[in-house]
Amino acid sequence: MLRIRCPWCGERDETEFRYRGDASQSRPAADAGLEAFSAYVYERKNPRGWHLEWWLHVGGCRRLLKLVRHTLTHEIRWVGNAEDQASLPREPGR
Amino acid sequence: MTAVPNPEPVPARADGESSGRYSGWRLLTEGLAGQRGWRRAWAKATPRPRYRVVIVGGGGHGLATAYYLASEYGIRDVAVLEKGPIGLGNVGRNTTIIRSNYFLPDNIRFYDYSLQLWEGLERRLNFNAMVSQRGTLNLFHTEAQRDLFTRRANLMRLLGVGAVRLSREAVKGMVPLVDLDNGRYPVLGGFLQPRGGTVRHDAVAWGYARAASQAGVDIIEHCEVTGMRRDARRVTGVDTTRGLIEADTICLAVAGHSSQLAAMAGLTLPIETHVLQAFVSEAIKPVLDVVVTYGAGHFYISQSDKGGLVFGGAIDGYNTYAQRGTLPVAEEVAMEAVTLMPGLARVKVLRQWGGVMDMSMDGSPIISKTPIDGLILNGGWCYGGFKAIPAGGMCTAHLIARDAAHPLAAHLDLGRFAAGRTLDERGAGPFPYAH
Amino acid sequence: MQGPARIAEGLLTDAARPLGFRFDGQRMQGVAGDTLASALLANGRRLVGRSFKYHRPRGIVTAGPEEPCALVDVIGAGGREPNHLATTLALYQDLVAESQNRWPSLGFDVMALNDRIARFIPAGFYYKTFMAPGWAWEPLYEPLIRHAAGLGRLDAIVGEHAALAETVHDHADVLVVGAGVAGLTAAHRLGASGLRVVLAEQDTVLGGGALLDARWAEWRETTCDALAGLPRVHCLARTTVLGAYGHGVFAALETLAGADAANLGRLRERLRIIRARRVIFATGAIERLIAFPGNDLPGVMLAGAALGYLRRYGVAVGRQPAFFLNTDQAYESVFALAGAGIERVGVIDVRSGSLAAERARVLGIEVHEGVVVEAVIGRGAVGGVRVANRDGSQRREFEADSLLISGGYCPATALASQLGAALKWQDAIAAFTPELAPAAGRVAGAARGVFGLAAAARNGEAAARVIGAELGHASLAAGLELALPPDAEATPIGALWEVQARGKAFVDLQNDVTAADVRLAQLEGYEHVEHMKRYTTHGMATDQGRIGGLVGSAVLAQARGLPLAEVGQPKARPYAQPVPLAALAGSEVRQHLKPKRRLPLHDWHEAAGASFVTTGLWLRPLVYSRQSGWQPVLREARAVRTSVGVTDVSTLGKIDVQGPDAAKFLDFIYANTFSTLAVGRSRYGIMLREDGMLLDDGTTSRLAQQHFLVTTTTANAAAVLEHIEFHLQAVCPQFDVLLSDVGDQWAQFAIAGPRSREVVTALVADLDLSGQAFPFMAASAATIAGVAGRVFRISFSGELAYELAVPARHGLQVWLAVLAAGRPFGIRPYGLDALNTLRIEKGHVTGAEMNGNTSADDLGFGRMLKPQADFIGRELSQRAGLHAPDRLQLVGVRPVNRKRRLRNGAHLVAAKARTVSLGYVTSSTPSTELEGWVGLALLEGGRHCRVQRLLASSPVHNEATEVEIVSPHMIDPENVRVRA
Repeated sequence: MLRIRCPWCGERDETEFRYRGDASQSRPAADAGLEAFSAYVYERKNPRGWHLEWWLHVGGCRRLLKLVRHTLTHEIRWVGNAEDQASLPREPGR
Repeated sequence: MTAVPNPEPVPARADGESSGRYSGWRLLTEGLAGQRGWRRAWAKATPRPRYRVVIVGGGGHGLATAYYLASEYGIRDVAVLEKGPIGLGNVGRNTTIIRSNYFLPDNIRFYDYSLQLWEGLERRLNFNAMVSQRGTLNLFHTEAQRDLFTRRANLMRLLGVGAVRLSREAVKGMVPLVDLDNGRYPVLGGFLQPRGGTVRHDAVAWGYARAASQAGVDIIEHCEVTGMRRDARRVTGVDTTRGLIEADTICLAVAGHSSQLAAMAGLTLPIETHVLQAFVSEAIKPVLDVVVTYGAGHFYISQSDKGGLVFGGAIDGYNTYAQRGTLPVAEEVAMEAVTLMPGLARVKVLRQWGGVMDMSMDGSPIISKTPIDGLILNGGWCYGGFKAIPAGGMCTAHLIARDAAHPLAAHLDLGRFAAGRTLDERGAGPFPYAH
Repeated sequence: MQGPARIAEGLLTDAARPLGFRFDGQRMQGVAGDTLASALLANGRRLVGRSFKYHRPRGIVTAGPEEPCALVDVIGAGGREPNHLATTLALYQDLVAESQNRWPSLGFDVMALNDRIARFIPAGFYYKTFMAPGWAWEPLYEPLIRHAAGLGRLDAIVGEHAALAETVHDHADVLVVGAGVAGLTAAHRLGASGLRVVLAEQDTVLGGGALLDARWAEWRETTCDALAGLPRVHCLARTTVLGAYGHGVFAALETLAGADAANLGRLRERLRIIRARRVIFATGAIERLIAFPGNDLPGVMLAGAALGYLRRYGVAVGRQPAFFLNTDQAYESVFALAGAGIERVGVIDVRSGSLAAERARVLGIEVHEGVVVEAVIGRGAVGGVRVANRDGSQRREFEADSLLISGGYCPATALASQLGAALKWQDAIAAFTPELAPAAGRVAGAARGVFGLAAAARNGEAAARVIGAELGHASLAAGLELALPPDAEATPIGALWEVQARGKAFVDLQNDVTAADVRLAQLEGYEHVEHMKRYTTHGMATDQGRIGGLVGSAVLAQARGLPLAEVGQPKARPYAQPVPLAALAGSEVRQHLKPKRRLPLHDWHEAAGASFVTTGLWLRPLVYSRQSGWQPVLREARAVRTSVGVTDVSTLGKIDVQGPDAAKFLDFIYANTFSTLAVGRSRYGIMLREDGMLLDDGTTSRLAQQHFLVTTTTANAAAVLEHIEFHLQAVCPQFDVLLSDVGDQWAQFAIAGPRSREVVTALVADLDLSGQAFPFMAASAATIAGVAGRVFRISFSGELAYELAVPARHGLQVWLAVLAAGRPFGIRPYGLDALNTLRIEKGHVTGAEMNGNTSADDLGFGRMLKPQADFIGRELSQRAGLHAPDRLQLVGVRPVNRKRRLRNGAHLVAAKARTVSLGYVTSSTPSTELEGWVGLALLEGGRHCRVQRLLASSPVHNEATEVEIVSPHMIDPENVRVRA
């Protein structure tokens, strides 16, 4: 079970949060066109490794959090607010 | 020991001896000889430098695709590459259910084609996968749900697929374990697909592997793909832990890991990877002879021929490649199980495990060419991968052999996302974690 | 066997408290502290069950949760519970247990025929036969197989099974799993240093190996006493850690027994969810069997189990035991039995010249070295053994009444494996040990291959030091300074997995998997250990192959000609012990499965005779009648059409949106424009998902320049809130907007009907409600029946209507005032069914139409999409696929024959092509004003449909009704009434 350290509420079980998917892409500009929006809505890097992702703390402060989490080990390396910048740790190898 | 002559075509290139034909008679004769006359079910092939078709992934879909390529489309110059032993991914980790009760007509047709192929599979493969058409029963708990299921059942009936509406009393008669009133979401009735049921999952992988091997396909285990070779327009081969293997066509059938393999070719897919969990109880004498799906939550259950209750629940709702069970889902599934079937309260659960699936962005699968010539994708199976194995294999083989979509799988193309022709059974939108 | 089997005082038993019980109808007596197994053994009972496949007679093999054979049904007041382990089932007065999987009796089992035909039904035989004829599987073969399979019977199909269980949450600095010497030591050192420790032990008492060695009795007692005195240490006996779930979360099953259960209202189990900063796995090691012909006969038992029965329960499992072993550790059982007065003890040691054999000889015990047991003599029970050299030469036979075997010890690695531990082969103990990343936890004692109690104690202490340092205790508080009884010097193990000789040599006693089955799997190419497991079912029974798992791997390795280290063993998964569903579920079952949301006026609705419907978590009044059928619904709906009705719409989602950028933000969220909305006005809005499909609709009102109130549908309230919150924080963080969910703060009522203005006017003094002053879609604060609230002139029914919102706590007061004011007009409360009737006639959509696959255009809202500015879903709503001619679009339908009814879920088909669905009926109702039924449907190209008549086909009802396609706006299409 994931334990997520919410910057506002402290460490909580995953069941308090709602996952909102990949946070690595931002919404294209209004005039970016179909291809850009289609990629934004449908295409996912889906890494087997470090993943930047959104979690909404619906059972707590209702803040949107940004996490750096490993999709295989589930290690959470970083938790921040929606507007915080984060970079993914480098993968060894590939 | 003389084996019964093998009606399958002579293997083009199996490295090992043929496993011969299976039958009750042969069990008897082998039994008298100490069961020492059996041979490998499938040959352990070593890779050759070049094939016409390389299928990446020795799971249900990969093996079925190879088998149908060889047996149906006459293409035997085929290798199936599996990074470990075959059949240990999702084909060996699911809850073994087969059915074709879908909302979208194209999905009904596709999954019912699969059901038809299941129906003749054992004799075709000469391997008993225990296809058991005991029926799948979906319970409904609200009028809105009743209407939705009515719509689905009616469409199935229009398309010639059987579906029966059951009253509360009929549900109780069929599944005495169900507590109709259960305290929270009473059962109002159910819809039965009589031809739905279960299949012994491991046997599906083994049966296809054996038949494909006998038909001349190279099944190469412990051969992990590490890179994709391509020129400007098309794929040319794969780098593996056992060397470079060239091919005209490369088919990815690695659901759960499609994104990783596609990334090697520079493709990004409309897929996220999620874990779906399953549970099995200790073996008890028969108490349940239909597959039951609870409509007020995420819980479905059947009883295996061995006596274990096999059941599952929802996905965890976040990307993961960890093939293991989690606690919140286990608790939720148990709560729903005990609520719907209080008589199971004292049944003990033996194991919990997880399989990682391709969750596509609309909840429906993908059998499609890709923007790269020669690269075929069979993936995005979400919860439907196991039941789709025969049709998925046949339609993928068709796409490879004929260079055109099988008529029953034309709707499963990759282009549907950008075009706005998504196949969203639940209307959940482009959120895999919500499907 | 001669003489009483209970020969001594047991550590756990109280001879002064006899307990009567029944096994297979036979009355027997045990004593307090017994398990069912120890009581059966004390009564001289050997045969306790039948095996799964061959129905071979089986006895008790172990003394703990790893038992493969001694499974029984327990029959109690609540029914029959299958598959209880006799070895862990605490005996109680009048316990009734029955053996399983036999017919007609345990002694004579017809299905034992399977044993005779075993050569024809080896592993996986069912994959090779039962294929012809094709139709025969379901009616013939499968029922036979299913009948034969399964162990215990569950007859509690009906009625309430005692499902009493609860879930408890524990928080600790350190979780120590296992209270053997290593675990006790670690827990004490950490606890004494002030750390919060949870010590979980599956046994009923703490001590592990120290319970079985008299020299350690004082150490054990002193340590346990000291632990009990440490306030921050929580010792949990009878608690099995089931699984390790990462992030320091573990699930454990605590079984309550005896007085505890009785005191807690027959609570039987607790699921403990333990959150710990660190973990120490001191899970010990499990003795394993040796595969040889006859190793399953009743009377064959693990050597350590015999020691356990003697020390714990004072029971001698035999008077003339033969031991078959390969380690010095297993001699502890030899010495104990000999020391307890069992005179005729013989030892068959695989090795030659071991130190333990030497010590045994000094004690006068007969030891045969360098030999193996080739066969067990006896039918139905052990009568003797045939011994030979390892090459099969020099066969001899010895009399024995029991055979106590030990093939070595496997560290219990399952939990560590779940946290990612790699398994490392150790020649010195011929077993795998877990290699756990330090961050994941520590393994101590026998669990990491440190055998010998004193060594385990020191190892536990070392683990405690490391963990203590990690948690900021650079030095731990002093230990107990107890002398550790020294470990005897030991000769290494002489690894032996199988004695190959004629006969069935089992590697899995419950699933009846033999060494020959494993070799057959290898021969057929199922040579990977996971394939072998699945093909033979080795290790898949309730005991999860704990005493024979590695033996099967070893047989496989031998067949493959590979080292065992390379072959490995199957992956361990939760659960460490079979766990009742009731325990996993805890107390949130049945009526507590999901919380119930009740309206502020729930009690009033109930008193007024409402039938309730469950929608999501909500309980909502469906109709104010217990009478079924449409009459009461139409009565309510007609009141609205003809005079006035009132309904509780408090379930609507309500989101308060405030701030300088509130209007701009809503323009982005909604497909239509809100920045142009005047203060004091409401507007109907539609929201899209980013993929261009409709998400939700509702009215939003501008209460002040920077203050909006958004309403959502009931079903989507939570999803819309999340959608808006997400976009504000992720996409529009530059906007200065605050969102508050005020859904529960307001009670809201719709007063609808031509007389509604009069009713509302009577309640609201400070607002001019005339058509000019307060037109359709007006919104205002107002004092309603003396309560500060809000009035909206919006309508879902299509009639002149108002919605009144007041703080939830004043809801009842205002509702009663509405009823009083409406009495002159015959006001009726109306429920969800009437609400639905009214909106269908009017062509208003709900979730039945807005089903996640409909676009704005599909439902006729295409022109609401603002062309000029960006909003969620704008780009993708323009895709060709969303404007294809075959899109399903909203239409109205009416049966041509007005006497026929409509069915929701019926498909629209052309009379000439009845298998082609052109769409389907989404909602339908008898009409209040039109003759007969009316419905809404989604139809291919519906708005431009030239066909006037289709069939509404519902095969599941055996109905096909001719319908005419009409405008969805079937009542007052010009919207005259709402503007009255």
